[in-house]
Amino acid sequence: MLVQVLFYAFSAVLIAAALGVVVTRNPVHSAMCLVLAFFTSAAIWLLIEAEFLAIVLVLVYVGAVMVLFLFVVMMLDINVEEVKRGFTRYAWLGWLIAFLVIAQIVGVVWFRGLGIDATQGAVPLPADYSNTRELGAVLYTQYVYPFELAAVLLLLAIVAAISLTMRRRPGLKAQDVARQVAVRREDRVRLVKMDAVTRDAPAPRQDGEGKAP
Amino acid sequence: MNAPTLTLASVLPALPEIYLVAAICVVLMVDVFAGASARRVTPTLTLLVLAAGAGLTLAFAQVEGPVTLFSGMYIADPLGTFLKLCSTLFVAVALLYSRHYLENRGILKGEYYVLALTALLGIFVMVSAGSLLTMYMGIELLALSLYAMVAFDRDSGVAAESAMKYFVLGAIASGALLYGMSLVYGLTGTLLFSELAVALQGTPSLGIIMGVVFLVVGVAFKFGAVPFHMWVPDVYHGAPSAVTLFVATAPKIASFALAYRLFSGALGNITETWSQMLAIVAVLSLVLGNVVAVAQTNLKRMLAYSAIGNVGFILLGFVAGTEQGYEAALYYTIIYVIMTLGSFGVILLASRAGFEADELADYRGLHARDPSLALMMMVLMFSTAGIPPFVGFWAKLQIFQALWATDHLGLVIVAASVSVVGVFYYLRVVKLMYFDAPGDLPKGEARLGVRLTLGINALAALLLGLFPNSLLELCAKVLS
Repeated sequence: MLVQVLFYAFSAVLIAAALGVVVTRNPVHSAMCLVLAFFTSAAIWLLIEAEFLAIVLVLVYVGAVMVLFLFVVMMLDINVEEVKRGFTRYAWLGWLIAFLVIAQIVGVVWFRGLGIDATQGAVPLPADYSNTRELGAVLYTQYVYPFELAAVLLLLAIVAAISLTMRRRPGLKAQDVARQVAVRREDRVRLVKMDAVTRDAPAPRQDGEGKAP
Repeated sequence: MNAPTLTLASVLPALPEIYLVAAICVVLMVDVFAGASARRVTPTLTLLVLAAGAGLTLAFAQVEGPVTLFSGMYIADPLGTFLKLCSTLFVAVALLYSRHYLENRGILKGEYYVLALTALLGIFVMVSAGSLLTMYMGIELLALSLYAMVAFDRDSGVAAESAMKYFVLGAIASGALLYGMSLVYGLTGTLLFSELAVALQGTPSLGIIMGVVFLVVGVAFKFGAVPFHMWVPDVYHGAPSAVTLFVATAPKIASFALAYRLFSGALGNITETWSQMLAIVAVLSLVLGNVVAVAQTNLKRMLAYSAIGNVGFILLGFVAGTEQGYEAALYYTIIYVIMTLGSFGVILLASRAGFEADELADYRGLHARDPSLALMMMVLMFSTAGIPPFVGFWAKLQIFQALWATDHLGLVIVAASVSVVGVFYYLRVVKLMYFDAPGDLPKGEARLGVRLTLGINALAALLLGLFPNSLLELCAKVLS
């Protein structure tokens, strides 16, 4: 009973937060709503005893991805209202498609049932059952091949991202710290000996300067 | 659950992949530490790595029959070994052809070679995939490498645009494929192809059919078949010619492997759900590819539409759905890749620094300027058009025979009539090269090694056509 109450409470917060992501005008508020949505999803995962996924969701998405999102949103300083102007013109199309998709999903899941018995819930696990240990055990034995491939995929992403973004542009004024440190006084200051100019002697006239127009 | 133990002997059939991952890391490191000499070291090292990989595969990783590894997620079989050796050869030849082109345009960097190797790894993974999960990992490895390669020339706006289109459309196709996979997984409870083949028998449920529709969409996109072909002309045209050569060749082997493992392996017992969809896709590709190719003035774009048309032929082999059909599809794929390697190799050789030989008009009077290049191009164009005694004829004949044996008379008529349309635009290139005035266009590059390889490539199109049996028997042997 308590679990069900908690589930509906968290679900309500989750739906409200998800709506907030789309509806709020300020992108920082949107990002914050997304953080809340991730957090409540993690709580729902805890309710179905998937504690490892819940913790990872908080650590990775809330802790890392969303912080990066916030950085980008705050640094870019995009005027979202400018971008979204005239966006509601297409709202009817969005509503229509959303309605169609929902109708189709309801039609397939509700009336056809897809041959799955959805009424039986998951069997509760014993108290000493560790999600993390079980995941680790299959990840490094049964799924070791796709796991290693995922690592190569990340390496590839790094190589691709660096090779596409890092390049030497001509005329870029970058700071070279080593050269700044190694600079000597003679490179920067030049002492010039000049003859003293006396006050009563007129400055030497240059050619053409004194002519009347 | 019994945890499988990994020993050296038990993972030996997976040597090609393990070796290639190690080799990628070595090439990456050598490229960093070689400094200024990396421009000379990395391309040569990459070719050596590929040769060593092919040697190791032949020496240690051969298997007699199908062997499964990593809890069934990896299949080692003669087909896998054959396709891996072919794709290694094709990637090596593609890299050999493209070196001077990259050098002339200032994009000869070590990362290009690393990306080519990761793309090859993706092809390997797809060729040997035993489950939907590993198949998807392979697809992503290949696709991510290709996106980055298309965008490799940072100063070209067209290349960036085509990379963006490729990336967005590819992401949508991956989504469709994943959606189909998740539906099939949700309804059968397994990702392994061998278990899926057992679970999917008799009349499939509505959910399974929905899943299969999305899987067909994903496969059609990876092949570049109509109506999921929109990326093909733009990517072929916009990418640097060396990258177009790469995208057009070895990944086709991976697409064949994807279709074969999925349709013949996992969905082999519910043929009727996908063969009609595939037939529609194939006919649309044949007609649109061959008809629109006639109207092109750009050679790369023309070859892109020709690729769409040829993909239609490959898919027709799957529509036949018999052993003979799969053999014909495999044979067609290999032959098509050999001929495409040659034609794009000619484009690369005809280009010079500051001169991109990609318009049809750039080939006017090529014979007067560069007789050997024109001769090679003529052989390749005749072969691609399917004129006997060149090998392209045999490839088309195999497909026709497989369709004839399964009573697909209508498909044979459509395929034969669009082939006639195809002959027109291939022969137009020959006419431009031999009968038009040359004008003041520059000569091709004089690279002797590349010319020699290209000569062997064109000779292969002729010799395989004169003696077609050896490759045909090989294809039949690896598929049996």
